[in-house]
Amino acid sequence: MIPASFDYVAPRTLPEAVAELVKHGQEAKVLAGGHSLIPLMKLRLSTPSFLVDIGRINNLNYIREDDGHIAIGALTSHHDIELSDLLKQKLPLLTSAASQIGDPQVRNRGTIGGAAAHADPNGDFPACLLALDAELKVVGPKGERTIAAKDFFVDTFTTSLQPNEILREIRIATPSPGSRATYLKFSRRSQDWAIVAVAAQVRVTGHEVTQVAIGLTGMGSRPLRASGVEQALRGKGAHDDDIRKAAERAAEGTDPPQDLNGSPDYRRHLVQVLTRRALEQITAHH
Amino acid sequence: MAVSQLIGASIKRREDPELVTGSGNFVDDMSQTALAYLYVVRSTQAHARIEGIEASRAKEADGVLAVWTGKDLQPEFQAPLPVTTSFVPEKKYPNHYPIASDRVRYVGEPVAVVVATSKAAAEDAAERLDIRYEPLSPVLDIEAALKKDAPVLHDDVGSNIAYDVKRAGGDIETAFRDADVRITQRIIQQRLIPVAVEGRGVVADYKKFAKTLTVTSSTQIPHFVKIWLGVILGIPESNVRVIAPDVGGGFGSKIRVYPEEVLVALASRRLSRPVKWTEDRNENMKATHHGRSQIWDVEIAAKRDGKVLGVRTTQYLDLGAYCSQFGTFQAIALLIIQGPYKLPAFDGRGVGVFTNRTPTDAYRGAGRPEATYLIERVMDLVAQEIGMDPVEVRRKNFVPPEEQPFTNLLGLTYDSGDYRITLDKALELVDYPQFRRDQAEARKRGKYLGIGFCTYLEICGLGPSVATTAAAGIGFWGMSVVNLHFTGKATVIIGSSPHGQGHETTFAQIVANELGLPLEDIDVVHGDTAIGPMGMDTYGSRSASVDGTAVYLSSVKVREKARKIAAHLLEAAEADIVYEDGKAFVKGTPSKAVTIQEITGAAFQPHRLPPDMEGGMEATTFFNPPNFVWPFGAHVALVEIDGETGGTRVVRYVAVDDCGTRINPMVVDGQLHGGIAQGIGQALFEEARYDETGQLKTGTLVDYMIPTAPDLPSFETAATVTPSPTNPLGVKGIGEAGTIASSVAVINAIVDALSPFGVKDVDMPATPEKIWHLMHRNGGTTR
Amino acid sequence: MRRRVAVTINGAKHEHEVEPRLLLVQYIRELAGLTGTHVGCDTSNCGACTVELDGHSVKSCTVFAVQADGAEITTIEGLAQGTTLHPLQQAFWDEHGLQCGFCTPGMIMAAKQLLERNPNPTEREIRVGLEGNLCRCTGYHNIVKSIQAAAKVMATGAGSKAPAAVASQKEG
Repeated sequence: MIPASFDYVAPRTLPEAVAELVKHGQEAKVLAGGHSLIPLMKLRLSTPSFLVDIGRINNLNYIREDDGHIAIGALTSHHDIELSDLLKQKLPLLTSAASQIGDPQVRNRGTIGGAAAHADPNGDFPACLLALDAELKVVGPKGERTIAAKDFFVDTFTTSLQPNEILREIRIATPSPGSRATYLKFSRRSQDWAIVAVAAQVRVTGHEVTQVAIGLTGMGSRPLRASGVEQALRGKGAHDDDIRKAAERAAEGTDPPQDLNGSPDYRRHLVQVLTRRALEQITAHH
Repeated sequence: MAVSQLIGASIKRREDPELVTGSGNFVDDMSQTALAYLYVVRSTQAHARIEGIEASRAKEADGVLAVWTGKDLQPEFQAPLPVTTSFVPEKKYPNHYPIASDRVRYVGEPVAVVVATSKAAAEDAAERLDIRYEPLSPVLDIEAALKKDAPVLHDDVGSNIAYDVKRAGGDIETAFRDADVRITQRIIQQRLIPVAVEGRGVVADYKKFAKTLTVTSSTQIPHFVKIWLGVILGIPESNVRVIAPDVGGGFGSKIRVYPEEVLVALASRRLSRPVKWTEDRNENMKATHHGRSQIWDVEIAAKRDGKVLGVRTTQYLDLGAYCSQFGTFQAIALLIIQGPYKLPAFDGRGVGVFTNRTPTDAYRGAGRPEATYLIERVMDLVAQEIGMDPVEVRRKNFVPPEEQPFTNLLGLTYDSGDYRITLDKALELVDYPQFRRDQAEARKRGKYLGIGFCTYLEICGLGPSVATTAAAGIGFWGMSVVNLHFTGKATVIIGSSPHGQGHETTFAQIVANELGLPLEDIDVVHGDTAIGPMGMDTYGSRSASVDGTAVYLSSVKVREKARKIAAHLLEAAEADIVYEDGKAFVKGTPSKAVTIQEITGAAFQPHRLPPDMEGGMEATTFFNPPNFVWPFGAHVALVEIDGETGGTRVVRYVAVDDCGTRINPMVVDGQLHGGIAQGIGQALFEEARYDETGQLKTGTLVDYMIPTAPDLPSFETAATVTPSPTNPLGVKGIGEAGTIASSVAVINAIVDALSPFGVKDVDMPATPEKIWHLMHRNGGTTR
Repeated sequence: MRRRVAVTINGAKHEHEVEPRLLLVQYIRELAGLTGTHVGCDTSNCGACTVELDGHSVKSCTVFAVQADGAEITTIEGLAQGTTLHPLQQAFWDEHGLQCGFCTPGMIMAAKQLLERNPNPTEREIRVGLEGNLCRCTGYHNIVKSIQAAAKVMATGAGSKAPAAVASQKEG
């Protein structure tokens, strides 16, 4: 249960942290909250010889709105997201998802940046970030670049982050007023990873769906968008029948895995049920 | 006996203040100077020959004191690990040593040990071992083991079949001939992992000049560990001391003499310094024994009026890679299948097989949950087949109370009980008619409610010495010492070894009740083989009825001696002495009393005693109960199933249990709560799963799902009290009842909920996906 | 490659040279000698190692000691004042909220945070709040009752004496 030996540094600034990553190359890993990395290290499934702890870098823990965007520092904890008044008001998809991650202790330590960079296909935030068309600002030796969520999540535990880059901020365009959201997660026990989850952000104007974005968790090796559902609904009505028909397309283009908790068939079924329920919940008052 | 306010009182547990403040003393909390740490290197292969182990790089690592392989240690074992009769005297099994030398048979089997100055150093060095295996084909489940061309695990056994035995009573042919309905069903008791929240741990300290071995172990059975460490390592029993400190749960998983206890002791002897090993959770999942892992094929003969005429069944028991100490104990199920029912015929066959998986052994209930599951599924299958209410089918088959003590088809005699009374009370609490109305209403909304019953009868209280010798190879009995000190304070030594059951409190209540001593003047000690005579330790819901009775009888002996001394002090005839509330006086003159403290003071001053009396106030009792005890009860589970996802929740759980006299009702209810939760765990969540190469896929608590708080409802418990006639306290047992009853109550409820889909059975664990498939296959839609 | 780690645990300062791989729970148990915090798994599921780190409950088996350098830590040993138990400890005792006692320190530390964040929780909120702590003995029934009892006591600011019993409520 004891991790293999490693050396460790806790820089105070991002440039210092990047310099450490450059110096140690492939041997180094970034440590944030540690809730994905440390269990793997204890089981010696991951044995980095150098850890760059970004936990002591100032100014990476914030949630603020500027210029029509919500900006969230990479070190913001799940708990802070869950409780943020700003997010409850402007991005309830994130507060809803945050409240369903792991358990209270995990939410106190786990960070949104860590969750994104870990890219667990059963993790809760990636599908939300994808549905929200988030931009991920990363810092590397050549300075800063911005990666769209759709380009960030590449495969199971794989992102387009370079080994010497650090995720600094997640930036999301504030949904227009009237846009509503929910994150519906199905798991066997409440502390578990999702078998399937659906992140839905929808705006209904009058009786017409004017905006719709559906992110899917657990339906492939990375988070996916339910583009068939989005297509079926966009510009259409939001009646029960419309929703039911649209939700039936939720499994289109997905490649759900077989694991201990569910078969691909079951996941394809679940995703339709959850999508329909999410849409019904969101449009209930229209 | 006089039932005072102490028997039946929910006295707060004296164990708790230390435990709630973090001052408990578990094995891993012990520190000692010069402690070395042992790490067990385990097989990564399910079945393989060990071609060679290259240890030189590990030996050179920092902090390493020793690296030993099975070949290095084998010469020191003077005997293999123990195997008991456990209901199957006719079995064939291999010698099982604590560490593999030439062949491994399950993932997790010890193949080498590394001892170092720190746990980290030992773990680091272990990574430098180079172990070469020649893989052999693994036998991965019961059906594979039974195949004619299956690889054979143990050459000396000759096949993978440890036993194939018959246990029958009554005329089964007639039963099936007379039957109106015949039902066949296969029932799977999936493999479970006990998951005590504290894993195992061992600290051993061998003194080379005194040649004494002291072992502290997270065990349920310190007395047995003491005997067998002596036997296996060739140390006189008198030189071995085993201590079970605070033990963080057992549930049967700490009921055996384990390889690591021997290995750590041996390491200490070889190094002449104390050695510690603490099990990691990922080790625990594969190295601590598993439970259940059985397939049952059952054929039922019944009449259309609801009478069950006969059951024919085969229990296929997966022993895992070796025969564990109580590995075949689970075959007790074949002796008690009929439960509380008057069954005309039973024809049972038991087959035990070896597979390349972790050995199985007792897990909470050990054979009794399986038996109960079977007969309670039988009742529901019959009810469904003939269209009768499952409650009615049970009523039709109950042993009539006037036939108690009733002898079952296998010759076991029940002690007492009218099995209708707990069922009646449970039905009243549930409001059965209202539930059926709610059920019909909910179905219209796509919610499937179900109700499931279990009216169990349990055998416990190991036990009558003769009967348990036949069963376990050792005669079981209870032991106690009640010893009053000069000032009238008492030390009570008990033979059982608790790990959460609250014996220190309940056993003190028994003594206080008999002797009239204040509770706080009574110290109950246990779990140290140096402090009293042989004890029989804790398992099988035996402590209250067997050791509790021994405590009661020792208290009575002390009280009788106190009366004699009081008669002498008061210059009265013994027959005229009344003993009440810790005082003795001549009948009619309570004002001139001598207190137990004064009497005890006199007992230590020979000149104040009757001339023919020895000093001291101490009594020792070895209690051999005349029969087992047979608690019973009715459990009712109410479930709600989401018709679209298959997600299932237990929304209500009502348990009415009759365990005879309840010494401490708070403790009794606590035992029930935990047991119910474990049974629900089996019904809905838990299953040890292996891949096609024999790797355990559920090797962490991420994948092996034990219930969490939000997965369970609060439980509604109630009691009836039918004292057992087999002991003076009238107590039965309650440690396993919850587990015995709840898994089948939940499954019966799920089948009831799914009856609109024509579902007749569902395998455990009833996962959402399985339930979805059952609905889907039978015409369920997404609304 | 050892690092100096200074922390305050239950008000007392501790300072040790440690390997970076040393887990906070090992620091607490082995270096500070506070063995009330237990280890029940390797994967941060069981919660037996729950402590408070700068006011937040965390699983100390999933934090490196170096990450906690400079932090204020409260463990189960820091709750009682002499022999006066914290209301949660008292309630666990009163309501039979423990059996083997191994998960109890972590359970109480998780419950402490739960009540700090939600002083008057429903049964459902208590159960969900304990989702990160596993108990195999009690079926959680009496743990829930204990926390309900403690909540009442803490709300009235009364001493350590908890009411004898609080009726269990149905799922809320």
